Amino acid sequence: MNLQTSYMGLNLSSPIVVSACTLSEKTDNILMMEDNGAGAVVLFSLFEEQIKKEEARFIAVQSGTTNTFAEATDYFPGLDDFNVGTEEYLENIRRAKERVNMPIIGSLNGITHEGWIDYSRLMEQAGADAIEVNIFFIPGDVNLSTSHVEHRYLNIIEEIKNNVKIPVAVKLNPYFSAMGNMALRMQNAGANALVLFNRFYQPDFDINELKIKTDLHYSESSEIRLPLLWTALLYGKVNLSLAATTGVQSAIEVIKYILAGSDVVMTASSLYKNGIPYLKTMNKELQDWMYSMGFDDLKAFRGNMSQQNIADPTAYERANYIKILEGVKS
Amino acid sequence: MSNKKTIATIDGNEAAAYVAYRVNEVCAIYPITPSSTMAELADEWAAKGTKNIWGSVPDIMEMQSEAGAAGTVHGALQTGSLTTTFTASQGLMLMLPNMYKIAGELTATVFHVAARSLAAQGLSIFGDHQDVMAARTTGFAMLSSVSVQEAHDFALIAQAASLRSRIPIIHFFDGFRTSHEVNKLELLSDDQIRSMIPDDLVIAHRNRGLNPESPFIRGTAQNPDIYFQGRETVNTFYNNMPAIVEDVMKDFEKMTGRKYELFQYTGAPDADRMVIIMGSGGETVDETVNALNAAGEKTGVLQVRLYRPFSLEHFIKAIPTSVKSIAILDRTKESGAAGEPMYQDVLASLVDALQQGKIKQLPRLIGGRYGLSSKEFTPAMVKAVFDELKKENPKNGFTIGINDDVTFTSLEYDPAYTLDESEWKQGLFFGLGADGTVGANKNTIKIIGENTDLFAQGYFVYDSKKSGARTVSHLRFGPKPIRAPYLITRADFIACHQFNFIEKVEMLEFAKDGATFLINSPYPKDEVWSKMTGQVQKMIIDKHIKVYVIDATTVARDTGMNGRINTIMQTCYFALSGVLPREDAIKQIKKAIEKTYFKKGQKVIDQNFKAVDGTLANLYEVEYPKTVSAAVHELLIVSKKAPAFVQEVTSVMMAGHGDELPVSKMPIDGTYPSGTTQWEKRNVSDLVPVWEPESCIQCGNCAYVCPHSVIRAKFFHEKFLEKAPEGFASAPINSRGFPETKYSLQVYLEDCTGCNLCVEVCPATSIFDGAKKAINLAEKDPILEQGKKNIEYFENIPWNDRSKIDFSTVHGAQFLEPLFEFSGACAGCGETPYLKLLSQLFGDRLLVANATGCSSIYGGNLPTTPWTVNKEGRGPAWSNSLFEDNAEFGLGMRITADQQLHAAKQYLLGLKDELGENVVTEILDAKQTLESELAVQHLRVQKLKEQLRTMTSSPAQHLLSVADQLVRRSVWLVGGDGWAYDIGYGGLDHALASGRNVNILVLDTEVYSNTGGQSSKSTPTAATAKFAAGGKSGGKKDLAMQAISYGNVYVARVAFGANPQQTLLAMREAEAYDGPSLILAYSHCIAHGYDLKDGLSQQNNAVASGHWPLLRYNPMLRKKNQNPFVLDSPRPTMALRDYAYNELRYKVLTMTNPTVAENLMKHAQDLVNLKWKNYEELATKKASDFVPIA
Repeated sequence: MNLQTSYMGLNLSSPIVVSACTLSEKTDNILMMEDNGAGAVVLFSLFEEQIKKEEARFIAVQSGTTNTFAEATDYFPGLDDFNVGTEEYLENIRRAKERVNMPIIGSLNGITHEGWIDYSRLMEQAGADAIEVNIFFIPGDVNLSTSHVEHRYLNIIEEIKNNVKIPVAVKLNPYFSAMGNMALRMQNAGANALVLFNRFYQPDFDINELKIKTDLHYSESSEIRLPLLWTALLYGKVNLSLAATTGVQSAIEVIKYILAGSDVVMTASSLYKNGIPYLKTMNKELQDWMYSMGFDDLKAFRGNMSQQNIADPTAYERANYIKILEGVKS
Repeated sequence: MSNKKTIATIDGNEAAAYVAYRVNEVCAIYPITPSSTMAELADEWAAKGTKNIWGSVPDIMEMQSEAGAAGTVHGALQTGSLTTTFTASQGLMLMLPNMYKIAGELTATVFHVAARSLAAQGLSIFGDHQDVMAARTTGFAMLSSVSVQEAHDFALIAQAASLRSRIPIIHFFDGFRTSHEVNKLELLSDDQIRSMIPDDLVIAHRNRGLNPESPFIRGTAQNPDIYFQGRETVNTFYNNMPAIVEDVMKDFEKMTGRKYELFQYTGAPDADRMVIIMGSGGETVDETVNALNAAGEKTGVLQVRLYRPFSLEHFIKAIPTSVKSIAILDRTKESGAAGEPMYQDVLASLVDALQQGKIKQLPRLIGGRYGLSSKEFTPAMVKAVFDELKKENPKNGFTIGINDDVTFTSLEYDPAYTLDESEWKQGLFFGLGADGTVGANKNTIKIIGENTDLFAQGYFVYDSKKSGARTVSHLRFGPKPIRAPYLITRADFIACHQFNFIEKVEMLEFAKDGATFLINSPYPKDEVWSKMTGQVQKMIIDKHIKVYVIDATTVARDTGMNGRINTIMQTCYFALSGVLPREDAIKQIKKAIEKTYFKKGQKVIDQNFKAVDGTLANLYEVEYPKTVSAAVHELLIVSKKAPAFVQEVTSVMMAGHGDELPVSKMPIDGTYPSGTTQWEKRNVSDLVPVWEPESCIQCGNCAYVCPHSVIRAKFFHEKFLEKAPEGFASAPINSRGFPETKYSLQVYLEDCTGCNLCVEVCPATSIFDGAKKAINLAEKDPILEQGKKNIEYFENIPWNDRSKIDFSTVHGAQFLEPLFEFSGACAGCGETPYLKLLSQLFGDRLLVANATGCSSIYGGNLPTTPWTVNKEGRGPAWSNSLFEDNAEFGLGMRITADQQLHAAKQYLLGLKDELGENVVTEILDAKQTLESELAVQHLRVQKLKEQLRTMTSSPAQHLLSVADQLVRRSVWLVGGDGWAYDIGYGGLDHALASGRNVNILVLDTEVYSNTGGQSSKSTPTAATAKFAAGGKSGGKKDLAMQAISYGNVYVARVAFGANPQQTLLAMREAEAYDGPSLILAYSHCIAHGYDLKDGLSQQNNAVASGHWPLLRYNPMLRKKNQNPFVLDSPRPTMALRDYAYNELRYKVLTMTNPTVAENLMKHAQDLVNLKWKNYEELATKKASDFVPIA
């Protein structure tokens, strides 16, 4: 059974890709991902502000404690070898590239114009096969217009594409007024793939402490519907690779996403829950399903359930909604 | 063997350690300034796998004390390892017992000593020969090196000589002056080192080691029949030693071309006057001799290299027969002796030589002391000594460099006398400890020293404070080796890295005519002149100084340097100083940036390049008029209200003129007045807290956590507001039923360090701005003048009556007067809030025994000290003995208190008839638990004393001398974890076991903070520290549980940032308990590696993660048949890593060795879990499961 797929022109042995998460902070884990059949890995995100904060913190600590007092001219051994910020991240890319054959995709979560460009370039120089830009921007300012927000996305893509040669994927949120058109404009701005979707950090409240809860909850399979919808809608209508993420807990979600039209399917929470070797299980279940369905390769069923390929295209639109509501009534 | 010379610019410590590391297999040490760096480097090299000349990595072992280090050295030597140690001062004193053994057993080893003063009337970390002179009777040979190059060379010569002779050697050089001076030197190659250490001697050394395969006994107990003879067996070895050292020096000369002699004479071959000296001062004498002889005098200097064994033969041979008079300069003091040690050696040797006919007549000999505690020793002083020798009756037992106006030992000298300095480019750089000035200058020396033919020298002077400390860097460059171990007084280049120094620091008095003055100024070139004081303007005009200005802070901000000005100021120096051609200089600085930051990535390098380019574009020469335009005003160092001692003595030290104070101004026995920090308005922070009375909930948290006692609260009747200055802030007190009572929080603006802890801890939100608190940092300048008036008024409002305050709560404790204030501790210090609280709770009857360490430095380092007094003149009586003995020292204080109390009671009973029964009974039966009871007892004792003063009988006089003990004394033994867990642990354990009423407060930073972050037994698992660079794998000692095992010890583990109420409770319980108590106080510290403004939340995390469970063990509960073990913190709610990785000490390992970091963190978490489980079990046990109280 052939699981090969192409993502932004990169050849992958499997459509299952590990999405950006802390598991990829260790090179040994990346090796294990490859051994268990991951098609590629998106490295944990490099957060520009975090790096800047770390750098500032390190510098403040170093300058505040070095050559300040006659008895103690320094405090910390081994600081010569201590790298904060980008170097550490780039070193991870280099190490991973040395040890595995699957594509390594850097993930960048920037905040400044300069940051997006600089860090993309550095990732490319370190050997990343592609970059996934994670545009985490909540337009909480009520004065921000739709077009301002959209331009922000498009500018970032254009700037990065002007500065690197490797493919660039955009991990975006679903909250655009005209999602389809936005996808097209991103394509025109130079994006090579869209990753659907970024799960924004959504706060919860602790009603006893009257505080905002900062815990992270893993995505659940029930959350696949929104990305599934948009994958199915966009498939065949844009000249972009499509990656689906969110809610992938087993091969079932992988299958659904590919049926909708995804080139690759990304998961992290299933690996947190079941361990990295679970990749092997997912690949096997995917193959078993393909075998049972008589599909030899992914092409045979990719997009089969997309809007353009199903018999009733309105199933994705308003008419289907009415049908569902009618069903509930009865 | 390659003949290529390797040049390095390093300090004396590194120079010595470089060789010592390569010729040893074992090194056991204990950190002590100024020698610590040698051991730290050895540890660092070992961690990186650097090999010695036999291809193995030496085993570097940090011990619990120098005594422990010496024992380990002895053991390693006795089993055949080539072993060394590094130490200084009292550390060497702790090694003395073993040194006698090592020498008595003819064991080859070298102890490298950065020679330092001994603590006598006061501690000093600086350099002289008191320590090594105290070790001269041990049987160790003593070899003195005078410079950085010699420290390097003699480390090898000593090792080779010791192996050849079997006599152990102290190789010493001057602490700080040589140990910390950076100079250019030629490094010995490993081949060269190897060639001096023959295998057969190494093998012979090993073969002398204990070995069960061929056993023998060493270390016997000997009796009167043979001990004496046994002691004489070593004579031959000592007789042979000088010749051996001479041979080694000759071999060394053949190899390197550098010639050394046992007694090295330089100067006129027909000199009539000569100085004999040892250590770095020899270089100064040598250079001065050259100048004097060039001017037609006939002088010479004999530098003593091998001081023990003192070779008469070599000594006599080295002295020109023409010499008529000799001054022997000792850098030590032996009170009561006929002369200082070297003077006596010289005298005895010359008399011996005369008697043997080896010389025809005895020259005139005088001895003198110089340079104690790194006191400057300059060519001017040398000249004065030679001038003294010209006199018919020169002064014997003189001192030089001070003004002894009591016993008139001192020689006068002309400070204006200097040598020809025209070949040197001399630079002085005035900066702050935290602004990177010293680091940049060290870098400059490396750049010039290692990339050009120029020679370089750097020496760095720090002030005694840990927050806002000033630094002065002294840099010299020249075409020949720089032999000038004294400070620069005539600089070609002066840089002022902080603009406010213009008003505070005398800088241009050190400028040569035509010098360059660089100022980091927020004012542009056209404005800066008008911002200078008249004195500065006058100096600039008179000395024809070229002035340059740069706004380095803005350049740093614009070029993304995060406000760091060091690279910018360094670039200015390169551009202006003319040490190198400008283009060349900039090229070199960029090369150095690449080298320094290559591991940090291109982005950092680019940023620094940008800063360099930005600097050149923003550096301007200042055109100035030829007349002074600003007012000349005297700098007011202290308020006129300050007491006489502060006016006459303290203020002189504060102004940086302590060197000018004569002996008569010094207290004779090291006794100084309390409470002098209040006169030193240091103004170290531009940002200070501003209180919003409208928003404040008056909780007292800000006053509680303030490390510098800068925030104080009082409540008072509203009538006090009638005369209050306009703008004096107050609010109605928030307790019900007191409508006429007001509350005021006062910030002592000039004493604040801007640490931000008060803002962090404030629980209230500003009613004006939701993003702010009820206390917020703001610019100081606009509010300073008004603030001063407010403070003055606030001070006139009486402190609230202690007996009427409920200070069992944090809210109440804020109204207690702190008697520990404005210390020089780091901004945001995690230790001082505990001390302040201690002083608030028990200050007027408090005795403090303070172990050496951070707390003794910010607590007792002159010029000003923070322990102060209340309006009755009562306050903490504080003393520091040593590092290792503090528990015993404090126990002694307790015993005195008990003994004198007993005596006082006896006398009272004996004088019952004269004093009246009521008086006696009331005093003897007084309860002294509540503050009101203590207040009444104080009054009773005052009255008693008044009565006794009218009586003349001996018992009455005796009672008067001990009557103060009738008020319950509170004895506290204070120190850090280095003391409590390591060096002082034996004594601490004994004090706890004594059952006496001592209270021990351990300010636990989990590392040696004062000496620079060495690992202690309190250092937690998975943290890095010096000597645990690879992450500490062992567990942290549970001192609490050890103390609990006694059963009758009150024990608490507290963290004021996590639970201030529990801290308060524990301190009060400990003090109230009539027995030993131990409080382990979590103290966040700069050695943890994060911004201390987050200290409180990090304390909270320490508790929340289970790293620092809060507990109390109260024997009184056990006595009442209750469980004495109380767990005061809830179950851990966060993972250890979430606490730990906020701190660089843990985080660094995740970068340098992630796998080890991960494993250690897992292990550390397991330990936390286990500890918590055990504590929980204890907290749920029955009273009968614990040790019963007798």
